[in-house]
Amino acid sequence: MPNTVTVVPFQGTQEQEKELLEAIEAHAGRPGAAMPVLQKAQAIYGYLPEEALARISAGLGLTMSELYGIVSFYAQFSVNPKGRHQVSVCLGTACYVRGAAAILAAVEDGLGCKAGSVSPDGKFSIDATRCIGACGLAPVIIIDGDVYGRLTPDDIPGILKKYTED
Amino acid sequence: MKTPAELAARREAAKAKLSPPDRPRVLVGMATCGLAAGAGPVYDTLKEELGDAVILTGCVGVCRFEPLVEVIMPGKPKVTYVSMTPEKAKRVVAEHIKGGAPVAEYEIGEDGEAFFAGQFRVALRNCGVINPEDIDEYIAADGYEALAGALSGRSPADIISTVLNSGLRGRGGAGFPTGRKWQFAKDAPGDEKYIVCNADEGDPGAFMDRSVLEGDPHSVLEAMALAGYAVGSSQGYIYVRAEYPTAVARLNTAIAQAKELRLLGQSIMGSSFSFDLEIRLGAGAFVCGEETALLTSIEGNRGEPRPRPPFPAVKGLFGKPTLLNNVETYANIPWLLTKGADALNSVGTATSKGTKVFALGGKITGTGLVEVPMGTTLREVIEVIGGGCPGGKRFKAAQTGGPSGGCIPASHIDTPIDYESLSAIGSMMGSGGLIVMDEDNCMVDIAKYFLDFTVDESCGKCSPCRIGTKRLYQLLEKITHGRGTERDLELLEELCGHLQQNSLCALGQTAPNPVLSTLRHFRDEYVAHVRDKKCPAHVCKSLVSYSIIPSACKGCTLCARVCPAGAITGAPKEPHVINSQECIKCGACFDKCKFSAIVKE
Repeated sequence: MPNTVTVVPFQGTQEQEKELLEAIEAHAGRPGAAMPVLQKAQAIYGYLPEEALARISAGLGLTMSELYGIVSFYAQFSVNPKGRHQVSVCLGTACYVRGAAAILAAVEDGLGCKAGSVSPDGKFSIDATRCIGACGLAPVIIIDGDVYGRLTPDDIPGILKKYTED
Repeated sequence: MKTPAELAARREAAKAKLSPPDRPRVLVGMATCGLAAGAGPVYDTLKEELGDAVILTGCVGVCRFEPLVEVIMPGKPKVTYVSMTPEKAKRVVAEHIKGGAPVAEYEIGEDGEAFFAGQFRVALRNCGVINPEDIDEYIAADGYEALAGALSGRSPADIISTVLNSGLRGRGGAGFPTGRKWQFAKDAPGDEKYIVCNADEGDPGAFMDRSVLEGDPHSVLEAMALAGYAVGSSQGYIYVRAEYPTAVARLNTAIAQAKELRLLGQSIMGSSFSFDLEIRLGAGAFVCGEETALLTSIEGNRGEPRPRPPFPAVKGLFGKPTLLNNVETYANIPWLLTKGADALNSVGTATSKGTKVFALGGKITGTGLVEVPMGTTLREVIEVIGGGCPGGKRFKAAQTGGPSGGCIPASHIDTPIDYESLSAIGSMMGSGGLIVMDEDNCMVDIAKYFLDFTVDESCGKCSPCRIGTKRLYQLLEKITHGRGTERDLELLEELCGHLQQNSLCALGQTAPNPVLSTLRHFRDEYVAHVRDKKCPAHVCKSLVSYSIIPSACKGCTLCARVCPAGAITGAPKEPHVINSQECIKCGACFDKCKFSAIVKE
């Protein structure tokens, strides 16, 4: 999955920066601080902008390369902004044997972008995720935290429509 | 809570909550599955009508019937309602709770009862029974009694020998005797030690640990405190997947409540024992379920494994002796310490004691969470509890152990579930994912699916795993595209051997299992792919072809209209023809034909 540094300009606010500095302050000097701080930073900005990484690097005394080593290792960290609506298609085993590959194809067709990327208008991003543990409802997708289960590819256009129209 | 006696008094007071004598108790299953199926609005509706009588609870286990509501009227047996909606809930309130007559048509029925018969709940004893967000309900269900017992003078040595004598083995997959692990951690020199809980449930298709954390978080906290007391540690870490937000929220609530009552934190229940807990979130790396990688991740690094020995019990987190167990293992601890070693030891087989939780998924009617005594056969779990494959399809294989495990063919369905029997047939106990496959699943495709997973999740530190998994995947891809030869099957086996012997950690060492077990039990299918260029289950697109039976075709033109490639031609009311050169094998015509005139081969 491509995780190259974004070209979207940084648009952080002062409140966000204040929140980030507080998080750094709270964890600095404690063992294993990098992960919780990066998770907090991603929660604040929605992704990990280089500007935020620079703050963390200075605050925790880690080099940018060390931080990038951690960020690029874990699937949940992203140095790219996400779309306004985040669509996750579960590709866990239970979903897979119940046809998740066809569901993913229908989502990709419907939004005009591939898993791991953002739609041209910046409105949607698609992620193919690991098991989310809702195997009893397989196959499932999640849009902005709402779970849709027991799907067939024919259900997808109707579901996406709810989000394309706002 | 200043003394164990205070806890006992609180328990008596709390018991009235679990079975109130004067009002109904209405439980709504609100674990992730329930919430995803729409339990939230059902809960809100009931809450509005009935107020405090409505309690949220964890996973009841029958995922296919979510949202689930259970109604217990004073002095009456409980009634379980399935597939609930706010409208149905209103009717249940009016007719059952206020009118006294259960609404029979919403009740669970015989299928549901078969699901629960044959189960024996230890780790899941409180899931779906108590409110996980109310510490008093856990206390009422004998919670923190084992900890109070320990702090009232039970010696660490006695606790460890009870765990040892119970025969409990690690429920994370490998099955190492838990008591011995505790003894190693206790014996390791050092005044600073750590207790860690592995809640990084990355095996796709498994949700046992999530259900325990969402339905009964205190049992894990209590077990970790007991472990701390037994091995001499005052700090614990729970490493949990960030993909489980509900579990994380309930853990946080539980920790805060336990600290407030001094069941965690400084001088627990007025004793000299202190134990604190911190939650660390994973960030989506499967390898972090491997114990050394998990510890490296808590330390704030890339989650890469380290060579063992030294084992974590000697040199673990931050270089200190560390005891690491899985969620389900911990969930057994308070129960067995209260009931005694024999309670667990008397259940199961000669070498595998107690119970195991399985997440049933895939092509099975009764998807859900089940806990069965060790030694129960796969047939019982799949056919009796799970109700077999839906749609009258033939059961083909069950997959246990996720990407590290293997496929068990239908011919071995009478295998008893225990650590040794499952490894003897090339699979493993694993953490408890049990995925059922029917005749429509291609076993080569399934092996490729798991390799795709391990290629993605290999951390890249050692080359046998990093390169080996990729090459295995490429060979499988070649085979599923119809370009494989019989020599490739030998190559697959050879490469699997290299991975098993040379990879650094369990991820690489076990990555070949899905390939080896399918090669062993379903070699015919591999041979059909490489020799006959056929996929018997009609899954591998490159090996499938569609054609129209002229005598069955009515010439309705529907197939020609739905074909996205324009590959179907024919005049109305005349038999149509598929041009195999242009066909993209999407199957749209096959799905739409009303006369079964299209065949897939």
